[in-house]
Amino acid sequence: MALDKITKIIGKGVYLAGDDIDTDRIIPARYMKCITFDGLGDYLFYDLRHKEDGSEKDHVLNDPIYSEACILISGKNFGCGSSREHAPQALYRAGFRAVITEGFAEIFFGNSTQLGMPCLTVNTEVIQKLSAAVKRDPETIITIDMGNLKISIGDEQFDCTIKEGARESLIAGTWDPIGELLEGVVDVDHMAASLPNIDNQ
Amino acid sequence: MGKNLFKKVWEAHTVRELSNGQTQLFIGTHLVHEVTSPQAFGMLNELGLKIRYPERTFATVDHIVPTDENKEPYSDALADAMINAMRKNCKDTGITFFDTDSGKQGILHIVGPEQGITQPGTTIACGDSHTSTHGAFGTIAFGIGTSQIRDILATQTMALNKLKVRRINIEGELAPGVYAKDVILHIIRVLGVNGGTGFAYEYGGEVLDRFSMEERMTVCNMSIEGGARAGYVNPDATTYEYLKGRPYAPKGSAWDEAVENWKSFASDEDCDYDDVVTIRAKEIAPTVTWGINPGQAIFIDENIPDPDQVPSDERDSVLEALEHMKFAPDSPIKGTKIDVAFIGSCTNARIIDLKEAAKYIEGHHVAPNVKALVVPGSQIVAKLAEEMGLDDIFTKAGFEWRGAGCSMCLAMNPDKLVGDQLCASSSNRNFKGRQGSPTGRTILMSPLMVAAAAVTGEISDAREVFGVLEPSGV
Repeated sequence: MALDKITKIIGKGVYLAGDDIDTDRIIPARYMKCITFDGLGDYLFYDLRHKEDGSEKDHVLNDPIYSEACILISGKNFGCGSSREHAPQALYRAGFRAVITEGFAEIFFGNSTQLGMPCLTVNTEVIQKLSAAVKRDPETIITIDMGNLKISIGDEQFDCTIKEGARESLIAGTWDPIGELLEGVVDVDHMAASLPNIDNQ
Repeated sequence: MGKNLFKKVWEAHTVRELSNGQTQLFIGTHLVHEVTSPQAFGMLNELGLKIRYPERTFATVDHIVPTDENKEPYSDALADAMINAMRKNCKDTGITFFDTDSGKQGILHIVGPEQGITQPGTTIACGDSHTSTHGAFGTIAFGIGTSQIRDILATQTMALNKLKVRRINIEGELAPGVYAKDVILHIIRVLGVNGGTGFAYEYGGEVLDRFSMEERMTVCNMSIEGGARAGYVNPDATTYEYLKGRPYAPKGSAWDEAVENWKSFASDEDCDYDDVVTIRAKEIAPTVTWGINPGQAIFIDENIPDPDQVPSDERDSVLEALEHMKFAPDSPIKGTKIDVAFIGSCTNARIIDLKEAAKYIEGHHVAPNVKALVVPGSQIVAKLAEEMGLDDIFTKAGFEWRGAGCSMCLAMNPDKLVGDQLCASSSNRNFKGRQGSPTGRTILMSPLMVAAAAVTGEISDAREVFGVLEPSGV
């Protein structure tokens, strides 16, 4: 399965303030009543963006000047809570291609990587600079270089981090591991034969 | 130098190292439910892949099942489509499915253990973050996303990074009225909602040694709320006693062999850990959350934090939480009026949870204007409780007695908060909107504390309301 080699993400950004943005906020459970991921992008951050009567709130994610944003910037422990892949799927389907925060919950990180959507971690100061830049000028172009782990806006450049294994698989185009897992099935069958099976005999 | 359980199980299930340094890990048992799996079956079809070991996957329905009446078709067409997709996927592939008419359906993390499917020394994965519950048996259990469900269906393996292990000792004796739920809420409060990132938590010490399997499950259940991908307790006589005779537990001579094998996975006395934390049980009091994540918790007699008194990097979070909860800074949480009381969820809907609440609720009545629900975690829990007459005790006290399911923990079914209702809840998450209303408010606590709030109509100290003098489990 040939996958894109994700070496650079270039695009506009939007800043969502706050720490511990959980997956219920990214996609409320009531919008997970579905048997495909199609259309999930419409419900991204639904309760942040809508009033209880369904009308839109005055929220940065509803602001047309950020409609082209493909890089989400936020606070600490982003994506905590449920293991629902619906959360990164909703982000991806709403057009996001990378998330930059002060840290990620682990399952969200893994789910995002497996979709080819890098999750980059930076320090508070960099979040402040990036958020100030996109607030000042929504047209600001952010470049994420996965090769040397630099984020740049204009002449300014910042360091970012990501688990090395995730970085390697993103730039190699092996971020969906199914191909490699299937290559190992002979070994898997040996292991399956040697491990106890659960049965009710 | 010996090894801890995590390391032993990991090594026993390592198929090989992948090119990016991750491990291809064999998953002994895979559990699936209706919400996160249909897309995975769709992906398999698209890729033309078959299920490699259907006998290692077990399924039921829990999230979307209405708990007020078990009648199909469901009035919610989407929920109806989901349960029927689950049935079809299981039928087409030979996966064992505990359907709503089986007498065995319920929340997966309650069904797996009570069927004896959850066994020590193995790996379990499920598309649900509370899969860590199964760690109570000395199992390494991971919550996963839908693409990983696909990976396991196709290969019985997934790609994972090895975790570090933090040993958490709870030493001494819990005071009467302090429960497993208080222990885990306190651990999360102390270590933080992201303190466990990169770790598996190994829970131990005198308190865990004495705990029943149900109590150990309550603790392991909320590992993810502390950021830990997995949490476990070493298997011991309590574990084997619980499993013996259950439908999927080994029988006859295979039982003795299995127990010997399970024992070999327990952490060695001389093993090392990446971190060790010790908490004294007597310091833990009944704990309730006041905010919008499970780490925002206080003892029942403490005041809600004052944003001016917290570290500056927590100030915005405290302000946001106070705004959502409509709470005043530095005010007592005790006495806060509630609208709904919910005893249920994969954290606290097992038989001992219901027994303990019923023991004290007898002779009391739910306060006017409070809607109170008891939702057993599985059809088997419901049947056991009914045989003991617990349903009568609860209904006489003014609680609604429901059928098995996730119910109001996450509101993917008709049980939801309305508007800014405040719910005293034995569930695991108090996130904004978690219980179905964007402005709904959740306070997490033990089942007995929920019962106390139900009868007084306000957040209360169950020890005072019920005169709790005995330690739990008596």
